[in-house]
Amino acid sequence: MDFTTALQILDSTVRLSTPLLLACLAGLFSERSGIFDIGLEGKMLMAAFISAAFAFTTGSVWLGMLAAIVASMALSALHGLASITFRGNQLISGVAINFLAAGLTVLIAQNWFGLGGRTPSLETGARFESLTLPLADSLAGVPVLGPIYAELISGHTLPVYFAFACVPATWWVLYRTRFGLRLRAVGENPAAVDTAGVSVIGMRYAAVAICGLLCGIAGAYLATALQAGFIKDMTAGRGYIALAALIFAKWRPWYALVSCLLFGFLQAVALRYQNIELGPITLPGQFMDALPYILTVVILAGFVGRAIPPRAGGEPYVKER
Amino acid sequence: MTLMKTLLGATASLALTAGAALADPALIFDLGGKFDKSFNEAAHNGAQRWGEETGGSYNEIELQSAAQREQALRRFAEAGFNPVITMGFAMADPLSSVAPDYPDTKFVAIDVTWLEAPNVRQIGFAEHEGSYLVGMMAAMASESDTIGFIGGMDIPLIRHFGCGYAQGAKAVNPDIEIIANMTGTTPEAWNDPIKGSELTVNQIAQGADVIYAAAGGTGEAVLRTAADEGILSIGVDSNQNHLFPGKVLTSMLKRVDVAVYDAMKAGEDLETGVFNIGLAENGVGYALDEHNASLVSDEMKATVDAARQQIIDGEISVASYYENDSCPALTF
Repeated sequence: MDFTTALQILDSTVRLSTPLLLACLAGLFSERSGIFDIGLEGKMLMAAFISAAFAFTTGSVWLGMLAAIVASMALSALHGLASITFRGNQLISGVAINFLAAGLTVLIAQNWFGLGGRTPSLETGARFESLTLPLADSLAGVPVLGPIYAELISGHTLPVYFAFACVPATWWVLYRTRFGLRLRAVGENPAAVDTAGVSVIGMRYAAVAICGLLCGIAGAYLATALQAGFIKDMTAGRGYIALAALIFAKWRPWYALVSCLLFGFLQAVALRYQNIELGPITLPGQFMDALPYILTVVILAGFVGRAIPPRAGGEPYVKER
Repeated sequence: MTLMKTLLGATASLALTAGAALADPALIFDLGGKFDKSFNEAAHNGAQRWGEETGGSYNEIELQSAAQREQALRRFAEAGFNPVITMGFAMADPLSSVAPDYPDTKFVAIDVTWLEAPNVRQIGFAEHEGSYLVGMMAAMASESDTIGFIGGMDIPLIRHFGCGYAQGAKAVNPDIEIIANMTGTTPEAWNDPIKGSELTVNQIAQGADVIYAAAGGTGEAVLRTAADEGILSIGVDSNQNHLFPGKVLTSMLKRVDVAVYDAMKAGEDLETGVFNIGLAENGVGYALDEHNASLVSDEMKATVDAARQQIIDGEISVASYYENDSCPALTF
């Protein structure tokens, strides 16, 4: 493998990691507050459809993005209502959201555009274009660093840079602000937070809302930046891989970046090399596709470190017994 | 429960009698969906044409999951539709169990040629011959001497496409490099635009400047990415030249629309058996229209048309992937 090939694979890794990273951080906020969210996939799917539909009708990618965020946050609110206010089972609510989104998107798309559950292709202006960072062209001639800057760092769409900027932002919010401290505390010991006079319900709704916001951007990225239009089930399990990445990252933002990049890298390698020859054995591409899940199982089983979820995760908060 | 059974029985017999009088055809689309701009859409177009010309009506269903195949077949046969037209190789197993139960109903299986069933019209297309022609065009249009092939689900049928394509390209330029990738190994591969785009970008990075997509709904993403990146692409099944005018070199036509149209037109008198249609019967070919006229030079057209005639006359024989499950010109 030469330098150019490596660069191309890493470039592909960045593109494929972005939706995982956004969804993973979305899940991180939600789960750190004690609300498990299986519904990342559904929220992304709904956002992908709404962003494509609105971007196509209005011709503006930003209106599409806005509509996607609204739609995703609406599903988040539904999840919040079911699991925070009505203390329902968070996993079941999440699964319900996935099914709801899978069905609704195709139904509305068919009714709206009549193209068999897809949206028409988006034209320029209705989708994110790749950005060329300053000096990328003039620096491209510099050995090693030039191509890295011009190919790998420059030339992505805006949501990609946003997603990567979200990692330090998430770290800062979680570990350096009062809001973050309370958010983490709500996921570990909500009773203590309540005793301190902070609304557990309010904190959890805030976390779920942030989750909706990030999922909305992730979905819009899929439909208006990575692709130019919506196709049914286009998230193709990325929400679940993001969940796996979250566990792999042990619910921490910087680790989330690493695990999403790793999973994105595995996908990129599987796309580039359908079969990988390692001396006497040949690994089929499907093995690479399955590797994220295998790694998650390994982590969960405690072979490599231990992943301990937020202690109050999955349990609705009941003030008085 | 008994009441329910009686009711159901009554409905079924009603439907049967109604069917005997009318016998509308029915069409079962495969998982890619009616509007995949490719394989299934071709069938849809054929059926629409029949409807417009004859004023007849037909029933249709878009399968949502593999489990519905047999169910849909039985429902249409039970309701008296005749013929029942099915799309895709995956209908072979359900057909082999359903068709014997309804000897008076005629079934049409597109892309299936190996069943032992007297009441099934099995239609196979010589995709390798059509792909051979577009492979020649790709090789002539390529300036980098590297061309790409992106298949959908990794099944022998799709390898069959890729194999013909590679042979055609090598016939023009023996040194040409052909990069072949498949989108996946599950039916989801027909609808995975993100993977399709990413594979296209990968192949372009490896030097490909013409890419042939035989990937159902995923193919549109391949064509669009190719257009965005400024290289040529080749569509499949339906004429996809109009999707990105001036960017799609040609489309390998597989006249599923004609097959469906003919079957509907024949109605209950449909001839059953195995039919293989190729270049000679105009079952496959390449598309030339106002959208790609500027891309196809006279020389290119003359060469391809000559090869077409030679294949029909048997002077060129295009190896089929099915013969020994391997391709002389390409390893997958």
